[in-house]
Amino acid sequence: MESVAVRLSGVSKRYPGSPRPAVHDLTLEVRSRELLAVLGHSGCGKTTTLRLIAGLERPDAGTIEVGGRVVASPTRFVPPEARGVGLVFQDYALFPHLTVEENIAFGLRTWSRTERARRVEELLTLTGLTAYRARYPHQLSGGQQQRVAIARALAPRPTVLLLDEPFANLDAELRQRMREELRRLLHDAGVTVVLVTHDRDEALSLADRVAVMLEGTVVQVDTPERVYHEPKTRDVARLLGQASFVPARVWGGVGRSDLGSFALAGAQATADQVELLLRPRDVVLEPHPEGLGVVVDRRFVGAETVYRVLLRCGITVETSQPPSVDLAVGERVEVRCNRARLAAFAGSERVGLAELLERHQEQERPHGVPPEPLPSRAPGP
Amino acid sequence: MTFPASGEAAVPAWRRVRSVSGFDLGAVLSVVLAALALAPLAYLVWRTLEGGESALAALVRPRTRELVIRSVLLAGAVASTSAVIGLALAWLTERVDLSGRRLLAVLFALPLAVPSYLTAYALVAVFGPRGVLAGALERAFGFERLPEFYGFFGAWFTLTLVTYPYAYLSVRAALRGVDPTLEDAARLLGHGRFCTFLRVTLPLLRPGIVSGMLLSALYTLADFGAIAILRYPTLTYSIYNQYRLSFDRSAAAALALLLVAISAMLVVAERRWRRRAAFYRLVGVARSQPRGRPRWWAWGVLAIGLALVGTALGAPAGIAAYWLWRARMLGEALPSVSEPLVHSLVVGIGAATLTVSAGFLVARTIVRTGGRMASALDLPLWISYALPGIVLALALVSLTAQFLPFLYQTLALLFVGYLLRFLPEAVGTLRSVLLQQNPRLEEAARTLGMRPWRAWLRVQLPLALPGFGSAFALVFLTTVKELPVTLLLSPIGFPTLATTIWNATAEAYWSHAALPTLLLLSIGVVPMGFFNWWQERTLGEGRG
Repeated sequence: MESVAVRLSGVSKRYPGSPRPAVHDLTLEVRSRELLAVLGHSGCGKTTTLRLIAGLERPDAGTIEVGGRVVASPTRFVPPEARGVGLVFQDYALFPHLTVEENIAFGLRTWSRTERARRVEELLTLTGLTAYRARYPHQLSGGQQQRVAIARALAPRPTVLLLDEPFANLDAELRQRMREELRRLLHDAGVTVVLVTHDRDEALSLADRVAVMLEGTVVQVDTPERVYHEPKTRDVARLLGQASFVPARVWGGVGRSDLGSFALAGAQATADQVELLLRPRDVVLEPHPEGLGVVVDRRFVGAETVYRVLLRCGITVETSQPPSVDLAVGERVEVRCNRARLAAFAGSERVGLAELLERHQEQERPHGVPPEPLPSRAPGP
Repeated sequence: MTFPASGEAAVPAWRRVRSVSGFDLGAVLSVVLAALALAPLAYLVWRTLEGGESALAALVRPRTRELVIRSVLLAGAVASTSAVIGLALAWLTERVDLSGRRLLAVLFALPLAVPSYLTAYALVAVFGPRGVLAGALERAFGFERLPEFYGFFGAWFTLTLVTYPYAYLSVRAALRGVDPTLEDAARLLGHGRFCTFLRVTLPLLRPGIVSGMLLSALYTLADFGAIAILRYPTLTYSIYNQYRLSFDRSAAAALALLLVAISAMLVVAERRWRRRAAFYRLVGVARSQPRGRPRWWAWGVLAIGLALVGTALGAPAGIAAYWLWRARMLGEALPSVSEPLVHSLVVGIGAATLTVSAGFLVARTIVRTGGRMASALDLPLWISYALPGIVLALALVSLTAQFLPFLYQTLALLFVGYLLRFLPEAVGTLRSVLLQQNPRLEEAARTLGMRPWRAWLRVQLPLALPGFGSAFALVFLTTVKELPVTLLLSPIGFPTLATTIWNATAEAYWSHAALPTLLLLSIGVVPMGFFNWWQERTLGEGRG
């Protein structure tokens, strides 16, 4: 079993003068050597969570453990300098009066001179900053500043490294590059990382696991694939990306929808009406004169084309198709799901997974009977 | 409040506006003002050169060396003590969660409103031989051996008392500029509170501390009233005496040049230093200051701060009230003070209006043109900033007596003196106000169909108004309490509160100084207190 690097249990924090708690009854485990991304809208309490772990805020309730040691509880509070936690601030917070080298060595005050020099050298090499060692922070580019901040935080070998919106201050192109660089760097350093972000692509592409935060508490912790395709709630589904919900009717564990029939696996609910979560890449569109969908809008976005398709059930789904698919607005299409399982929702919660059965759209309809006329205008999603 | 030393900022290229019409009246007037500001210095140089050997002799006398050492020693001592006090009080009011924090913040800046000669008188009356304290001690214990108050100790104490607010205000401004995440970062890298302060906060505050120290040191070097009363002869005092007592004006001019050189050296050193430090600044997210619970030291600092303010304000007020009460008891007839009061108000308001208007022209020209023009205007301003009031006044007296006799002993000359003396202060404040303004706002107003002057009136002016108010208050205050320029340049038969107090005390008519003292204190303290309070409030609102 993996050991736990950070554990928060029942942690709450309310800032004075604020009506709602920033963090409410939050429970979260970070495994050793994993990269956990905390994803949430701005103001959902992600940064507060980081500050609580770092010891920059005191929790009102709950306990926090770092490396198996209780660092915050109702009776105990370990100050930030004694926690062994590294934090990379959103704006990096590099000491403007110190050089790159001095910044990195800042946390190594108690180390011996030779040890310190060796460690600084190691980090300069790791981050590729050797040539910039004598520069001051203002003489560095944004990407370089970020690397100094990471090197500085890693230098004292923290139990866990916290990153607060690490790419927020970088422009789009640099962001992409730094993301890959960071992944490599953290992998090489072999350190436990908690990264806070509001950018779902960042969370999904970087993390081993993603913790989704909504209104001060963690709703779901899972692998990127699972939080994306099998979100626990509708809000999580929306937070992680474009989501369409296709209604379906259920009789005795078997459901029917415009996407086909399915078996509702693990359905603890007795719902007779569920909605299936459809991601843009989950369906394939094929022109078909008797298809159940009609193209209402197409948008070219470069590598792919985004189509909006109105289904028979009155729902419009948004889907991305490869350039090989070329459909005109108004064209009738068959909407075929290319995933074996879809998350099924009743109300705001996920109630189970829908295992799609063999396609028998055609058989369901008596031969020669045209499909029901489609409404001319889609009701709002 | 922004002092010239802290209003320093390079003019970014995008702010520079090329004059469309080609002729800019403001720019021309600015150049004229700058030239005028250089006139006193030019006169001193000319006078010294003309004096030739005797001027040189005045410079190399052992007595001169002694005076320089005394001046520098005093300035250094006052500046260092001020820095320590200013830092402690700034920290207390910015970083400690005290109830009544805002009120304290205002209170601690008030001694700036008290002229040094008033504090000096009051302190002599309390601590000096035959003073209140000595009397009380003698009655109680039968002895009155107190450490000698006259001399270095008294001058150091008095000038620290009236100049620590410079350091206090500039450290406070610097503290607000320190990004608290830097301190968080240091804590996470294993540093305790004190270690964080030493290795991160203090280095970041250094520019603010140094500019506060510069202001204290310049004030001390230029001070005339307090050191005369406390009998600690410095270069300034000696210049005054040379001028008054000997016919050899060139010796006085040579000494004055020496004083200017020392002041200018400090100004240049500070600017160099600041320019290097300016590169340190990174763009950070402004976050509100974290405020800790008061610890044991906070109460000590609070007590010291209150004692300082109490002494700086309470001693002059108390002594004046006592003199007044005694005159009453003795049935002494006191001269009317309405004339000096009106004169002080007229002079203060007039000088403030004139200086702020001129300062606005200069600041606007600097901000709009930038580049070589800006530094060409900057230089004379900094030189006149380093010019002690007494030197400026003496230069103007000699200059007009020799070349423009019709100006000599007129109100106009007095205003010119104030203008040259306080222009750097006004420009410093106004420039930082104008630099903070986003020129895009004016452009937006123009695209919305406003003519330039209308856009300025509707957009720029309302935004700049607090800055104007601040500059006006500053110049009014310093004018009203100013002594050497007023003493030397005001027309005969034109008493102000400051000169009335000076003359009365010089002849030991204590009771005659009492009412003017109380009036001068209230004229200075009330607007200063109100203004500080207002500024604290707007700052507080701005930072949520």
